[in-house]
Amino acid sequence: MNLLSSDIAALWLTLQLAAVTTIILMVIGAPLAWWLARSTSRFASVIEAMVALPLILPPTVIGFYLLIAFSPDNFLGGSWLALTGQSLAFTFSGLVIGSVIYSLPFVVQPLQSGFQSFDHKLLEAAETMGSGSFDRFFNLIIPLTRRAFATAALLGFAHTMGEFGVVLMIGGNIPGETQVLSIALYDHVEALDYQRAHWLAAGLLIFSFVLLVFLYGFNRNKGIRAG
Amino acid sequence: MSVNLNLNSLMDLSVKYVPSGDSNFSLALKVKLPSSGITAVYGPSGCGKTSLLRCIAGLAEAEHCQLSIGEHAIGDLPVTKRQLGYVFQEDRLFPHLSVEGNLDFAYKRRFSDEGPSKHEVIEWLDIEALLNRKPDQLSGGQKQRVAIARSLLTAPRCLLLDEPLAGVDSKARTPILFHLETVAANLDIPMIYVSHNLDEIIRLANHLIIMDQGQLVADGPLLNMLSRLDLELAQQENAAVVLNTRIAGHDGDYSLTHLAWGDSENGSLIIGQLPGAIGERVRVRIPCRDVSIALEEPNQSSILNVLPGVISDIELVDGARAIVKTEVAGQSILARITRMSLECLQLEKGKAVFLQIKTVALLSEHQ
Repeated sequence: MNLLSSDIAALWLTLQLAAVTTIILMVIGAPLAWWLARSTSRFASVIEAMVALPLILPPTVIGFYLLIAFSPDNFLGGSWLALTGQSLAFTFSGLVIGSVIYSLPFVVQPLQSGFQSFDHKLLEAAETMGSGSFDRFFNLIIPLTRRAFATAALLGFAHTMGEFGVVLMIGGNIPGETQVLSIALYDHVEALDYQRAHWLAAGLLIFSFVLLVFLYGFNRNKGIRAG
Repeated sequence: MSVNLNLNSLMDLSVKYVPSGDSNFSLALKVKLPSSGITAVYGPSGCGKTSLLRCIAGLAEAEHCQLSIGEHAIGDLPVTKRQLGYVFQEDRLFPHLSVEGNLDFAYKRRFSDEGPSKHEVIEWLDIEALLNRKPDQLSGGQKQRVAIARSLLTAPRCLLLDEPLAGVDSKARTPILFHLETVAANLDIPMIYVSHNLDEIIRLANHLIIMDQGQLVADGPLLNMLSRLDLELAQQENAAVVLNTRIAGHDGDYSLTHLAWGDSENGSLIIGQLPGAIGERVRVRIPCRDVSIALEEPNQSSILNVLPGVISDIELVDGARAIVKTEVAGQSILARITRMSLECLQLEKGKAVFLQIKTVALLSEHQ
C-alpha cells in the first residue's frame, strides 16, 4: 500500500501553504520584530502580547473568530468578496490568512531576539559611511542576524506544516483545495485506515525532526564559531 | 597631495543641542577652527565633547548645526550625505567581515574618487598583515587602526575622532599616535580630535578648543593655548609647552643635536641625537615640572639646557605652587616651582632669569 493521489495532493497543498505563509511572514514579521525590538512605547507590549496569543490560544478559538471575520457580512470577508469575487472561508487564500496569524509568533519572536542582540552602534558607523537604510538592512542586519532569520523561517514553515485546528475551522476538508496533511491523516484514522495514517504520521514526524536537527545543528556550529 | 591654498583659512562651526530628557545639559558653541590640520577638543568628561561630534556627524539631532567645509555645507544634510569620517571610541568594526571586507565596505561607498587609495591607507596605518583576519582576532589597538583606515577610505571631507585611544591599552597608544601623525601629514583634510588626555593633544594637535559644561572656554593655536596661565591646562600635573624648532647642528662626539628657534641665540636647546638634516623642523615638548629657575647662570650643573629669559607672568596654583611664564627668544616656557622659591628669589614680572630645563621630549618630525 502506497500513498494515494489524494495524499499526494494533500502533501503538495501543505507544502504550498507553508511556503506562501513563510514568505508572507518573513516580509511582515521582519519589520514588526524590528519595531518591537527597538520601541520603548508601552503600546509595544500590547502588540507583543497580541503576536504571542496564538502560542497559548486553542487553535479552534482563532479558527472560530476567523470564520466569523471571513463571513461576507463582515468587513474582511465582504471586502475580499468585493475585490476577488470569492469567499475567504473554505479557500486556499483563507488558509493562508489563518496560517499567517497562527504562525506569527514563531517567526516574530526569533527575529525579535535576534534584533535585540544586534549591536545598533554598527548601524551608526555604517550611516557615517554613507550607507542608506536598505544597504544597511541587506549588508549588515541580515548577515549579522542570519541565525535568527533561518530559525524564524524554518519554525514558521514547520509550524504551518503541522497546522490542524485552525484549518479545520476555516478551511474544512476539500481534497485538493483545503485538505492539508494533518487533516488527511485525521480522515484516515477516522476511517480506521491505519496503514495510510502511518505513512503520513511517520512522514510528518521524520520531516519535523530532520528540520529541527538541521536548525539546531546550524545554530550550534555558528554559535561556536562566533563565540 | 595638492597644494592647499586655504592653509590658514578658518571654518565657522556653530552648534546648539538640547538632548531630550536631560534638562541639566545643553550644548551651545560657536567657534572657528582651521580648515586643515588637527583641532583637538578638550574638556572634562561630560562636558559635551562627544555630543559636539555627534551633532556635527548628524547622529544627534541638533537644533542647529552649521559647518561648511569648503563649498560643502553639512548643516541640514542627513548623516549619510555629510561626507564625514567618524572614528568612535569603540572600534565598531563589522564582525562578519574580515579586515579587508571592512575596508572594502567603506571604499565601495566612498564619497569621491579623490580620497586616498586603499594601498596608501593600508600603508599609513600599517595593517597589511591584518587584512585577512576577522575583527575578533585583533587586539584593541589593531582594531582601532583598522577603524581609522576604514573611515579614511570613504574619502571624508573632515575626520571626526572621538577619543579613539580611550579603549586602547597604554602600550598600543604610542604607535597609533604615530599612525595618526602619518595620516595628518599625508592627508589634507581637517580633523577634529576629541580627548581628555593632554599628552595626546600636545602630541597631535595644531589647534585647541577647550569646552566645559557644553560651552566654549577658550580656543586658539595649541602653542599659544599651552602657555596661557588663565587656563586650567597650565595647572595640570602633566602641563607642558611645545616649541617649534629647527635642527641647528649635530654634535657627533656626544651624540647630541642642537635645536634653535627665533633669531636670537638664546633660543637653543640640546637634545639626544636626531637623524634629521640641518634646518629640518622639529617639534619638542617641555614639561613645566622639569623647568626650574635660577637668578644667576649656574656654571657647575649637569643640566645642559640653561636659557636666559624674562618673566612675563606668574600664577599661583595653590598654596604651595606657582607657575612662572618666561619669554625666551619669542616663545613662552612655563616653569612650575614652589611658592617658597617664588618668594625667596623675589620673582616678579619683567625680571631676567635663567631657566634650567631638565627634559626636552621630541614630539614629531612632521611639523
